[in-house]
Amino acid sequence: MQVNDHMTPDNGSLLHNSVQPDSRPLAIEARGLVKSFDGTRAVDGVDLSVPEGAIYGVLGPNGAGKTTTLRMLLGIIDPDDGVRMIFGHDRPHDIGRLIGYLPEERGLYPAMKSIEAIAFMGALRGLPLAEGRKRGLELLERHDLAHAANRTIRQLSKGMAQTVQLLGTLVHRPRLVVLDEPFSGLDAINQGKLESMIRALADDGVTVIFSTHVIHHAERLCEGVAIIAGGKVPYAGSVESARDRIPAQVRLETRAREGGWTAALPDAARREGDFFYFPLPETGVEPLLKTLIEGEAGILSLSIERAGLHDAFVAIAGEAAAKQLEADQQGDAK
Amino acid sequence: MSAHDQAAIDASPRLSKLEAAWVIARRDFVAVLFSRAFLFFLIGPLFPVLVGGLAGSIGGQVSRQAVTIEVGLAMSAEDNAAIIAASDRLRPQLGGAIPALREVTEAQDDPKFDAQAFMEERRGNYAAIVTGSLAAPEVVGTEPHVNRWKGPVELMAADAMAASPLAFPSSRTTTVASSAASERTNRIRTAQAAQMVMFLLTMLLAGMVLSNLAEEKGNKVIEILAAAIPMDSVFMGKLFAMLGVSFVGIAVWGTLGWGFWAIAEDAIVTVTQTNFRELPGPAVGWGMFLFLGVLYFSMAYLLLGALFLTIGAMASTVREVQTMSMPVTMMQLMVFFLAAYTITQPGSALEMGAIAFPLSSPFAMLARAALEETLWIHIGALAWQVLWVGLLVKGGSLLFRKKVMKSGSAGTKKKRGWSFRRNSSEMEPAE
Repeated sequence: MQVNDHMTPDNGSLLHNSVQPDSRPLAIEARGLVKSFDGTRAVDGVDLSVPEGAIYGVLGPNGAGKTTTLRMLLGIIDPDDGVRMIFGHDRPHDIGRLIGYLPEERGLYPAMKSIEAIAFMGALRGLPLAEGRKRGLELLERHDLAHAANRTIRQLSKGMAQTVQLLGTLVHRPRLVVLDEPFSGLDAINQGKLESMIRALADDGVTVIFSTHVIHHAERLCEGVAIIAGGKVPYAGSVESARDRIPAQVRLETRAREGGWTAALPDAARREGDFFYFPLPETGVEPLLKTLIEGEAGILSLSIERAGLHDAFVAIAGEAAAKQLEADQQGDAK
Repeated sequence: MSAHDQAAIDASPRLSKLEAAWVIARRDFVAVLFSRAFLFFLIGPLFPVLVGGLAGSIGGQVSRQAVTIEVGLAMSAEDNAAIIAASDRLRPQLGGAIPALREVTEAQDDPKFDAQAFMEERRGNYAAIVTGSLAAPEVVGTEPHVNRWKGPVELMAADAMAASPLAFPSSRTTTVASSAASERTNRIRTAQAAQMVMFLLTMLLAGMVLSNLAEEKGNKVIEILAAAIPMDSVFMGKLFAMLGVSFVGIAVWGTLGWGFWAIAEDAIVTVTQTNFRELPGPAVGWGMFLFLGVLYFSMAYLLLGALFLTIGAMASTVREVQTMSMPVTMMQLMVFFLAAYTITQPGSALEMGAIAFPLSSPFAMLARAALEETLWIHIGALAWQVLWVGLLVKGGSLLFRKKVMKSGSAGTKKKRGWSFRRNSSEMEPAE
């Protein structure tokens, strides 16, 4: 386990359920972040701990408070309450050169050439323009976009423009990359490319935090997630720990339908067709197997399925948040 | 980039505010300067100048024709000739007091010529007609013209009848370069002219800043800027970029103006009724006055610009920006009137107020430079104005972060995807 695991109840207090799992310093540490807009509390006591080099996801439905949280972490807006530290600094602009940010609302100057746009974004983070152009060209070549270097942004396709902006986010070689809904609007191929880029960044020791409402991106990429719903973070920790919160499910198929052996099944067992489903007993399946064999249940199949992040999300954030998340994903697909 | 350079970046993990402002200023300056719209911006003010010049020239010509004063002569041929000869003798001494005389041709062959009927029939183009004889001339015309020309006609008739023409003694003249009264009056003219030029330039140029952040808001670049550098650096960079653009514009217009002056000085003097060569020298001297003029224009531009940038940044749409233009122009006018009103009241509480009020301070101080020689007060005034530029930029950026860089209410359904071609200037609600 590489990420601090903790559950935060509704009142936002921090309840660590594990000790510091590794010795990596924290790239991001936030405690009790609060932000209200026009009397509505958009973020309500968010805690985050992201170690350096981690890929971390902020998972939640639209309107949950993901973007507001990221904006507070970056210093775009200040929290009403709470503290945030980026690489130990409480003022993110003081370490602007170490951060790269891709906002959810993508945008570039339409009349600017791609190479200039990348260099300009680097210059905003302290990279000299000439070096930005040089690195930009290398990055464009690496992503098969060298031909677009001197095209203006308005001449590019959406996908190309998004890639250009992403390259601009990375051109100054930041140590922390913050991506707000980076997969939004991308086709499957480009989503795959982006996943590869994120993994490559982490391999180079770069910390990546991204927000998403698509569970499988977080599940595939992240070692840690913060589940956010209604402005609160009911869970922040490793993906593995989140999945472990739901006991593995046992699926049992027997030839016999009735018998004394059924008394050995857990109380929570339910029958659906030819199968029994029940949570994996704390004692494991071995004692149960013995009873089933002695009771001549006739075991046809038995499988143990570990819970996925989606199941964990439902259990942690609740059915309503999970349904909204699914609706958001379907909206994206359309 | 060398390892040394990379180490330098790592050692200093942020741009200074000035460096950040420079990045913004450089981008904006280049973007504006190399846009097609800038050409129209440059030639835009020349149209009213050309049209105004043309209209003024035509109007002047018409006016000159319309106001040409001719007094008709309807006496005997001998009397007519004698009074014309007298007018030629008197004109060197009396100049414009002597009207141009012309014989009324209709009267020459008509012994019953009726001057009154002739005038009432609106024939000819005479201010008045003189009939009768030299000994008893009769001036016929409207009352103002009769009153105006009766005396000169009598003077000319008397000279025409005299046995010998009037002999004029030659007077000796001594001129002085200036007097206290005339110097002050003349310098006030310079102060007024300088204030007017500065006002026109700031009104023309500072208004551009109103819509300056609209591009960033429309293209959604604003969040990238806000995440990377402090917002006051964004404001400062934008202001200085537009100030730079303004200086380019002024340089172009100044060069063209100088060219016009070189080839059409007389026409410009006629049209503007001002001979700029004769503008009296300001108290601090022309060199220092121009230097201070550049500084005060910069201050006026930055002060008004910081205010306009903030006001414009609060606007959600381009239409709102346009709607704001009118009150903003009125505000500029009021500031100018305040400074202009105090020119003739140096040292008064009102002038001190105009100097202390940041927006009118550059105008009031420029007038001071024209009227008074003291230089140290300009250092103090410039420091005061710089302080206010900083305060306005800081206040504007704080307001912008508070009011504009905020998320919407949670749960709002939003549009997703790319916005490079969109022109919405509202920040999408966040989640």
